[in-house]
Amino acid sequence: MKPITAVNDFVVKFANVNGSGSASANEMFAKSILRMGVPVSPRNIFPSNIQGLPTWYEVRVTEKGWLGRRGGVDLMVAMNPQTWDNDVKEVEPGGYLFYDNSKPLPASKFREDITVIGMPLTTLCNSTYDDPRQRQLFKNIIYIGALSILLEIEEEPIVQLIGEQYKGKEKLLAPNVNALRIGRNYALENLQYPIGLRVQRADNVGHRIFIEGNNAAALGAVYGGATVCAWYPITPSSSVAEAFQRHCQKFRVDPETQQNRFAIVQAEDEIASIGMVVGAGWNGARAFTATSGPGVSLMTEFLGLAYFAEIPATIINVQRGGPSTGMPTRTQQADLISSAYASHGDTKHILVFPEDPKECFEHAAAALDLADRLQTPVFLMTDLDIGMNQRLCEPLEWDDSRNFDRGKVMTREMLDEGCDFGRYLDVDGDGIPYRTYPGTHPTLGGYFTRGTTKNARATYSEQGPDYLYNMHRLQQKWQTAKSLVPQPVLRKAGKPARTGVIYYGSTSPAMAESVGELEAQGMAVDLLRVRAFPFPDSVLDFIMDHERVFVVEQNRDGQLRTMLMNELEVDPARVIPILHYDGTPITARFITKAIAEMIKTLHLGQISGKVA
Amino acid sequence: MTYLAKPKLHHPSMPTNARGFTRRDYEGRISTLCAGCGHDSISAAIIQACWEEDIEPHRVAKLSGIGCSSKTPDYFLGNSHGFNTVHGRMPSVLTGANLANRSLLYLGISGDGDSASIGLGQFAHLMRRGVNMTYICENNGVYGLTKGQFSATADKGSASKKGVANMDAPLDTVSLALLMGATFVARGFSGDKGQLVPLIRAALRHQGSAFIDVISPCVAFNNHAGSTKSYDYVRAHNESVNFLDFIEAREEITTDYAPGTAVDVVQHDGSVIRLHKAAADYNATDKVSAMNYIQSHQAKGEIVTGLLYMENSPSDIHRNLNTVEQPLNSLGAPELCPGSAILEKINASLR
Repeated sequence: MKPITAVNDFVVKFANVNGSGSASANEMFAKSILRMGVPVSPRNIFPSNIQGLPTWYEVRVTEKGWLGRRGGVDLMVAMNPQTWDNDVKEVEPGGYLFYDNSKPLPASKFREDITVIGMPLTTLCNSTYDDPRQRQLFKNIIYIGALSILLEIEEEPIVQLIGEQYKGKEKLLAPNVNALRIGRNYALENLQYPIGLRVQRADNVGHRIFIEGNNAAALGAVYGGATVCAWYPITPSSSVAEAFQRHCQKFRVDPETQQNRFAIVQAEDEIASIGMVVGAGWNGARAFTATSGPGVSLMTEFLGLAYFAEIPATIINVQRGGPSTGMPTRTQQADLISSAYASHGDTKHILVFPEDPKECFEHAAAALDLADRLQTPVFLMTDLDIGMNQRLCEPLEWDDSRNFDRGKVMTREMLDEGCDFGRYLDVDGDGIPYRTYPGTHPTLGGYFTRGTTKNARATYSEQGPDYLYNMHRLQQKWQTAKSLVPQPVLRKAGKPARTGVIYYGSTSPAMAESVGELEAQGMAVDLLRVRAFPFPDSVLDFIMDHERVFVVEQNRDGQLRTMLMNELEVDPARVIPILHYDGTPITARFITKAIAEMIKTLHLGQISGKVA
Repeated sequence: MTYLAKPKLHHPSMPTNARGFTRRDYEGRISTLCAGCGHDSISAAIIQACWEEDIEPHRVAKLSGIGCSSKTPDYFLGNSHGFNTVHGRMPSVLTGANLANRSLLYLGISGDGDSASIGLGQFAHLMRRGVNMTYICENNGVYGLTKGQFSATADKGSASKKGVANMDAPLDTVSLALLMGATFVARGFSGDKGQLVPLIRAALRHQGSAFIDVISPCVAFNNHAGSTKSYDYVRAHNESVNFLDFIEAREEITTDYAPGTAVDVVQHDGSVIRLHKAAADYNATDKVSAMNYIQSHQAKGEIVTGLLYMENSPSDIHRNLNTVEQPLNSLGAPELCPGSAILEKINASLR
């Protein structure tokens, strides 16, 4: 078997033990390649455990900048005996296996069609360090050093990264650099280098940044003016609230009084989290919670109240694999229906679908505006793939002239001037009524908020016409929302195409890569990236403009497709599901293969050509 | 209930308080509860207490859960914002509302089903967090709107209207509130307005979590022989431990009581609440002895009422979170948004 050769286009997977300190070393590996101007796309693959159990870190090195998961492994860095057999099996034929050969392994543990590179990491560490913790931590840096020689990663960016990581902790700086050099020297003296996989300096990273979606969403909440955050820990969303706390400590403390311009409460459960968000929203503060599918299930009663009583609330749903507890540390887009229609009765909610951390930032801030403008719950539908992995994306931007859209709030002055206040009265024809904040005026503008039915002036009423007035107005508001939410992004094929593809959220990078592969195979497709629910009219136009539309999603039941059929009343035959839901992020390989096969199965024949 | 609206005109000689309001200014819509319902007496006590405390009605936010009791915020303080939330979840909504604007007074109204059954978790956590509010549980031991099922506060052995005995141990809301860290805990009786109004006034002054459990007989489903929440039973077993006097900050504080018969508790504004002892061995500033007293008297079938516990200088959630004095809901982009220059620096740190 000929060893794989590739420059700036391969996949390295690290198999580690949880809690061994490998995460920061592995991240350093990925970043050092970035610093050489070569894009990388890393993914954490971790079961739901804390210490001692397997964890993986997969780095796709991709000069072309394909940030989706590729699939397959070219170099396995096998540091975990527990998962050895499967890790070895996963290497592509002709690939490479790097391992710790301090203890001999029988030949049966290896494969003949891959290149095996052994290095006595434990022996090296034990002879260099006395402290067991140091032996463990520096082992990670030592293998990064060896890999840098094998893959021709420059030393300078790694040293620079170590310097940045231990800034202010200089005592740790020199030993880490030393460990790096131990690894590099060993490889130079004892290993064959470079291997077939190499990193070569390029200029394809530019000004892009490397950030996790959860961190970006938290920053969006800071920039968007959220002051109240109530949350309950749940993977993969917890780091949103934790990042919000960190950013607020930095940017939201009154410089004079040292007091906080924010309030963060870790609630007793998700019901209380959303209850606090609803209470704060009712009282005029911008509030949000971060959660995942099981949390949304618990929140549904409150979400119905917020919809019907018209109270702003922002929910960041970092989706994971369901149903039930499902796969808490795996990714899916499987909460669309449970979020869109959360609660009993005729209820529906606004959803926005960010494709990457940059949009997590933008959409989080936009969601706070939308919630206030539309006086209703708004979901930011991100997922574990975007949320918990560092992703290369465009820098975050903020227009300083931008103000918060607080929506229709009737002030004391307006009430004094004689403005007619009816809490549920449609005065502008857009279905959005005015609200007052509690405490606004001594005699005017007070009202009683309730989940039971009421008339346009918020007085209890079970009269059919009063109920219908509000329900129809809510529908009118839903129509208004269509033009306010982030609009879909269209990418036309180079030539007229009869086939369209609809996709959303974290499928983006895989889809971007797949469309090129499809084109190379003679299949021209137009792409529409849906960015929000309700669907703007352009979504229906796109479906009707194509003979068939593939709907690519990461769930079993084709949830977006169901919503398209449900809301737009499109013929199910026009929308063909392409579904990936094993808990791993979708790949371009999967999409291309699935669409190509589907075209064959459906006897669609040549799908490019002029539109009739 | 009555369907005859009161005339809006005030009698010109109706007394006004320091803010110029008459008691009528603190009323709300006409109650839809049953005639003789204890809850209506509590609403009347709230109206009286707010009037006596010179509170501006619109500076009160009223929040409730679901049930007969939770309907009542519509029947008092008609100019205040009210929020009839979700069954058992008023505590979280009140917490969020309080975080948004610390400058308002928060009044939570709930019942025994709402607080002790479906909402027990939120009730406990609300007390733990020390949210500055007055929380009134209108406790009748029974579900009224769904017609007579036992709630979690029904005493063991007490009989339903149909004669069935409750076999589950009762949940005592005041003991739980004390255990969970409420800094003001009282119990009243809807049939004793003279005791209840001062308790509500003191709770409104308290700058922390104030909880009042008010035994409030349900005339429709729990006012019969064999019930331990009937007017007759409560009157016969009421064991009041103290009564209150209010001494304003500007008034001279004189000790016109015999030594050991009263305790003065100074409030944040300098005013004093004087607790006159009705039970000589009761100390409302000692939590552990208060809990002992309540438990031992309860075991004898007595209902201990009065101001059961008050912490002198309570903390509250805003102090714990170190939030700014200005209400969070009034902060704008200049105070909240770090701006593009800082974002540039953040971007630079992520390369």
